[in-house]
Amino acid sequence: MIEVAAPPVARRRSFSRRLRSGVVLLISYLLLTAGALVMVAPFLWMLSTALKEPGRAFSYPPEWLPIPATTENFVRVLTRVNFGRYIANSLGVALATMTLEVLTSSLAAYAFARLRFPGRDRLFLLYLGTLMIPGQVTVIPNFILMRLIGWVDTYQGLIIPNAFTAFGTFLLRQYFLTLPPELEEAAKIDGCGFFQIYRLIVLPLSGPALATLAILAFMGSYNAFFWPLVMISSEEKWTIPLALRFFTGQAGFYASDWWLIMAGASIAVVPMLLVFVVAQKYFVQGIVLTGMGGR
Amino acid sequence: MALRAGRSDARGPGAARRAEALTAYLFLLPNIIGFLVFTLIAVLASLFLAFTEYDILSPPRFIGLENFRKLLLADQTFRIVLRNTVLFTIASVLGSMVLSLGVALALNRALRGVVLFRTAYYLPVVTSSVAVAVIWTWFFNPDFGPLNYYLRLLGWHQPPHWLGSPQWALPAVILVAIWRSVGYDMILWLAGLQAIPQHLYEAAAIDGAGAWARFWAITVPLLTPTTFFVLVVSLIRAFQVFDTVVILTNGGPADASRTMVLYIYNQGFEFLRMGYGAAIAWVLFLLIFAVTLVQWRLQGRWVVYD
Repeated sequence: MIEVAAPPVARRRSFSRRLRSGVVLLISYLLLTAGALVMVAPFLWMLSTALKEPGRAFSYPPEWLPIPATTENFVRVLTRVNFGRYIANSLGVALATMTLEVLTSSLAAYAFARLRFPGRDRLFLLYLGTLMIPGQVTVIPNFILMRLIGWVDTYQGLIIPNAFTAFGTFLLRQYFLTLPPELEEAAKIDGCGFFQIYRLIVLPLSGPALATLAILAFMGSYNAFFWPLVMISSEEKWTIPLALRFFTGQAGFYASDWWLIMAGASIAVVPMLLVFVVAQKYFVQGIVLTGMGGR
Repeated sequence: MALRAGRSDARGPGAARRAEALTAYLFLLPNIIGFLVFTLIAVLASLFLAFTEYDILSPPRFIGLENFRKLLLADQTFRIVLRNTVLFTIASVLGSMVLSLGVALALNRALRGVVLFRTAYYLPVVTSSVAVAVIWTWFFNPDFGPLNYYLRLLGWHQPPHWLGSPQWALPAVILVAIWRSVGYDMILWLAGLQAIPQHLYEAAAIDGAGAWARFWAITVPLLTPTTFFVLVVSLIRAFQVFDTVVILTNGGPADASRTMVLYIYNQGFEFLRMGYGAAIAWVLFLLIFAVTLVQWRLQGRWVVYD
C-alpha cells in the first residue's frame, strides 16, 4: 500500500520559504484538482446522459445536470435489450476464469517455489519467457483449435484458454518465496503431506497475493474484448463489452440513442468501480507486485 | 500416497526425492497442460501459420516467406498501419509518462485528499476499455459533446470533428489512451518516489540546495529505475492497442487510425487470411522484442542502480 510521506521539514524555516512552499502546495492542489476533473468528467457525462429524458441528450449547450432525471433508460436497457443477460454472462465467465486461474496458478506456483524436481528451473524459465509474447500471437492458433474441438461460440471456449497463465504462476511463486519456510518445516515434521502444507499453511498465509491475482484475473476477464469478439456470435452469449460494441459502432442498433448506450455503459462500468473502491489496496498492490516486486 | 511423501524419511533419501518430484508434477499438471496447449504449442503453431496461406476452410498451404515479403514490401496499408502504430506508441507513452509523473510529484507532496485524488486518477484504469471508448465516442461528438462546446467557448470556432476527421482520428485515440493510462503510470511513479530515502533530501536542504536542485540531483537520478520500468511496460502495452481503436474509429476514416492489432483482426478474422494475420502478429512481436531489447541494452547508460 502506498502511503504518502510528509515533505521533509527543515527546521526554523524563514517566513518567505514557508510562503513559497505554501504557494507550491496550493498550485499542486489546483493542478491535481483540474486533472481529477478531467479524469471523472467522461464518467459524469455518461451518468448524466443515462439519467436524462431521451430527447434531452441533444440539447445544446450540453447540460451536465439531468433535470428532470429519469431511470427510464436503465429500465429499457435491462428489460428490452436483455442487458441483464449480458451482465450474468460477463460475471459467470469472469468468476469461472478467476477461480480456475487462481487454483491452477497457486498449485503450480507452490511446486516452483518449494518442491525439488528435475528440470524445475528450465521449466520456470520457459514460463517466464512466454510472458513477453503478446496475446495476438496465440489468438489465431487458439481460435483454430477452438474450431477444431467445436468450442467456438461456447462459454467454455471463453473460459478455458484464459485459465492457465504463466503470469499468475509467476506472481504467486514470487510471493510464496517470501513466506518463512520454518512453518512448513514444522508441519512436515508433524507429518503433513505437501498438499496439506499447501492448503493449510501456504494458501492461508498468501491472502494478499491471492486476492491480487484474483482481482487482476477477474478484471482481465470481465473487461476482455478481443477473444470474445472472435469467439462469440450468438447474442445470448454476449458479454458486456460485446453488447456495447454492437449497440454503438457504425452498424450499431442504437447508433444515436445515446441515452440508452450510456445507461448500458453505466451498468457495465459500475460493478467494476464498486469492486475497485472496496478492494483498492489489492489493485495498487497488483501493479506494484507485478512490476516492482522483487526488484 | 505421493502427496504424503514429505515424511518418507524411512524409505531413504532417493525414494523421498522421487516422491517429491512426482508430487511436484502433480501440482504442476493442471497448469502445465493449459500452458502447453494454449501458449507453447499455440506460439509454435502461429509461427508455422505465418509461412502458410490458410483460410480455415481448406488446409494450410506452405508458401515460405511470401507473407513477410508481401507485408514488408508490397502491402501499402501495412505501411500506414505501421506508421500509425509507431506514432500512437510514441505519443501516448510520452504523454502519459510526463503527465503521470507530474501527478505523482504533486500527490507525493500533497497532505490531504491523497486517497481521493488517487481514486479519481485510477478510475479509468479499472473500467472496461470498451465502455470507456463508448463514453468517449459520445464525449467527442462534434455537435452535442461537451468537448467541442468548451473548445468553442475557448475561441476555437471550428473545432475538429475528431473521430470522423482523417487528421484528428489518431490524435483522438491517443488522447483517450493517455487519459486511460495516467493512473496506472502514476501508481508506479509513486512507488518509485516513496522508495527514495527522505534523509537525502534533508541532507541536501541543510547543504543549502534549493527545491529545483534537489529535484535534479536526487529525484531524477534515483527515479531512473522506475522511469526505465514504466517506459518498458508502457511501450509493450501501447504497441498492442486494440479495444480503444475498434470502438472509437474502427481504424477509420479510411485507414487513418488503423493499428497493427486491428490489422491482425481485419486480415485474420474478417478476410480469413489466418496465415497473413499470423505473420503480422509475428512482425509485431519482433518489433516489441527489438524495442525492449534495445532499452535493456541501453539501460546501463542512464539508469542509476544503487
